[in-house]
Amino acid sequence: MAQMTMIQAITDALRCELKDDENVLVFGEDVGVNGGVFRATEGLQNEFGADRVFDTPLAESGIGGLAVGLSLTGFRPVPEIQFFGFVYEVMDSINGQLARYRYRTGNTYAMPVTIRSPFGGGVHTPEMHSDSLEGLMAQQPGLKVVIPSTPYDAKGLLISSIRDNDPVIFLEHLKLYRSVREEVPEESYTIPLGKADVKREGKDLTIIAYGLMVHESLKAAEELEKEGYSVEVIDLRTIQPLDIDTIIASVEKTNRAIVVQEAQKQAGIAANVVAEITERAILSLEAPVLRVAAPDTVYPFPQAENIWLPNYKDILETAKKVLTF
Amino acid sequence: MGEKISKQFDPTAILQEIESKFEMFQILNEEGKIVNEDAVPDLTDEELVELMTRMVYTRILDQRSISLNRQGRLGFYAPTAGQEASQLASHFALEKEDWILPGYRDVPQIVWHGLPLWKAFLFSRGHFVGNQIPEGVNVVPPQIIIGAQYVQTAGVALGIKKRGTKNVAITYTGDGGSSQGDFYEGINFAGAFKSPAIFVVQNNQYAISTPRDVQTAAKTIAQKGIAAGIPSILVDGMDPLAVYVATRYARERAVNGDGPSLIETMCYRYGPHTMSGDDPTRYRTTDIDNEWAAKDPIVRFRIYLEGKGLWSEEKETEVIERAKEEIKAAIKKADETPKQKVTDLIENMYEEKPYNLQEQYEIYKAKESK
Repeated sequence: MAQMTMIQAITDALRCELKDDENVLVFGEDVGVNGGVFRATEGLQNEFGADRVFDTPLAESGIGGLAVGLSLTGFRPVPEIQFFGFVYEVMDSINGQLARYRYRTGNTYAMPVTIRSPFGGGVHTPEMHSDSLEGLMAQQPGLKVVIPSTPYDAKGLLISSIRDNDPVIFLEHLKLYRSVREEVPEESYTIPLGKADVKREGKDLTIIAYGLMVHESLKAAEELEKEGYSVEVIDLRTIQPLDIDTIIASVEKTNRAIVVQEAQKQAGIAANVVAEITERAILSLEAPVLRVAAPDTVYPFPQAENIWLPNYKDILETAKKVLTF
Repeated sequence: MGEKISKQFDPTAILQEIESKFEMFQILNEEGKIVNEDAVPDLTDEELVELMTRMVYTRILDQRSISLNRQGRLGFYAPTAGQEASQLASHFALEKEDWILPGYRDVPQIVWHGLPLWKAFLFSRGHFVGNQIPEGVNVVPPQIIIGAQYVQTAGVALGIKKRGTKNVAITYTGDGGSSQGDFYEGINFAGAFKSPAIFVVQNNQYAISTPRDVQTAAKTIAQKGIAAGIPSILVDGMDPLAVYVATRYARERAVNGDGPSLIETMCYRYGPHTMSGDDPTRYRTTDIDNEWAAKDPIVRFRIYLEGKGLWSEEKETEVIERAKEEIKAAIKKADETPKQKVTDLIENMYEEKPYNLQEQYEIYKAKESK
């Protein structure tokens, strides 16, 4: 097995699927010769040709429209949106069109599209590049939203997403592209969508997180262990649909939970998780389920990112409130 | 400096020159006379009769749809009278395997392409079975988000190119639609990929109430194709022969690998924007209505075909009676379609239901079985 970063695991997944299924097409802005601005498609055009891995004109809505039209003609498109902050330009193509095709046509047309995009913050991009807009997508029936937190998960989840016959929004955290490295099998493998992963087992508190916040949560869990608390950390991996069984089983075991998201607090994924827990497991709870999230401002300017983004200290603080309630 | 920024370069003159080149292409004039002998298409007598039949049939379909809507027996309906040449002669230039991505007014084209009429009625009523496209009929349901069909057409056309078949993807929007960002993205993508797309702008002069001149400073909508590097033509949209020839030309270019074309059809909708409360007397005068009624596509085609001994009052009555019978049968079939249930809608969301929909499915199934 090879050591891979998340970006390498993603390239590897794309390579596996390009090799495995001739209907898979990879396209977007600068994904060809340049290999993508983050090099996620490095070398793929060389290996598979410009017919299957190609640059598009700079227009996100057009990229979304291409994905719809290519699906109608039997392809399995894997477009890249260069930064998820640009998603507003393609909202109709995704949420208005792609997500609704199967429904509108009474199950006669499927849209097996996987839209990949870097999201999240903490890497000092110019404004309007970074953002945590997963909630916008998770709110749209017809889509699935997948967010890996490790290289191993990224590869298996991306392969599953590409093979899925419904549209998947696959969000890759900018700060995780090169900061984590682990062993990743070189052969093809899948991780089912809609299945969370218990990244750390514990019995006193459940921390539910996704993306970069999984790593901050694990750091907080280690700190709490020093203080004698046994903390379970669940990585959602798919935020729509949620893995309710894993979440509820954990909460019924620990009786306490917090939910962590990097996005602003308002109307978010964490709120949805809290609601599901209270609807399904309120009698197991020894304390309110609290959230750790960013403040409800617009995503900050680069110099304010570090004070704005939630981190393990915020998680510790909230965890202690719940543990001592 | 004035209009010239140098002796060599005069941007204003370039614009004026381009705009002056977009004269309206016409073959059959308002009096039913051929004015452009060279361009008369090579259609057989049977084909000419078939095109006329479809136009007459569709006019009746429009009249019946309006009346059914008023009786509360149809839902959303966008009238088509006046646009028969633009819609049906462009469709007549296609082949069975070609794709159509229609706007909401373009139901006739997809019906003539193979969508059963009873399904078109169910679409109007807002029933999902209307949008269940039969296998082998290469159409998508009418687009509501104006412009979205343009970017999707760029995608279908690229798919066709990659598959290597001798087919095209055609799409329709209106003069208002040509102001959308997706309009420009669609024609630009197809141009950049040199893919076999045909972009039709049915310029019926009004986007609901907003007149064509408010949409753009461009003298023609056809010239917008030039900016995307694709050939464009301005055609008399009330002239079935001109629309047919323009579309056939675009189709031939496309299947020969020469890329997309843009066609602006100058036409008029006689009725309101839709049957949902639009009142055209608020924004159009009777004089304008009359001016366009004098250009009617069916009237001029009738004169032309009668002159060739291919059409008669008797023949027309036959088509009208057939249309009425088939419409009646289609409405009956639509009426017989079972009502849709929430569980049907849940079934159509994903290939496999996620937990939330599975739970909701059980809840609604229990309710529905009561």
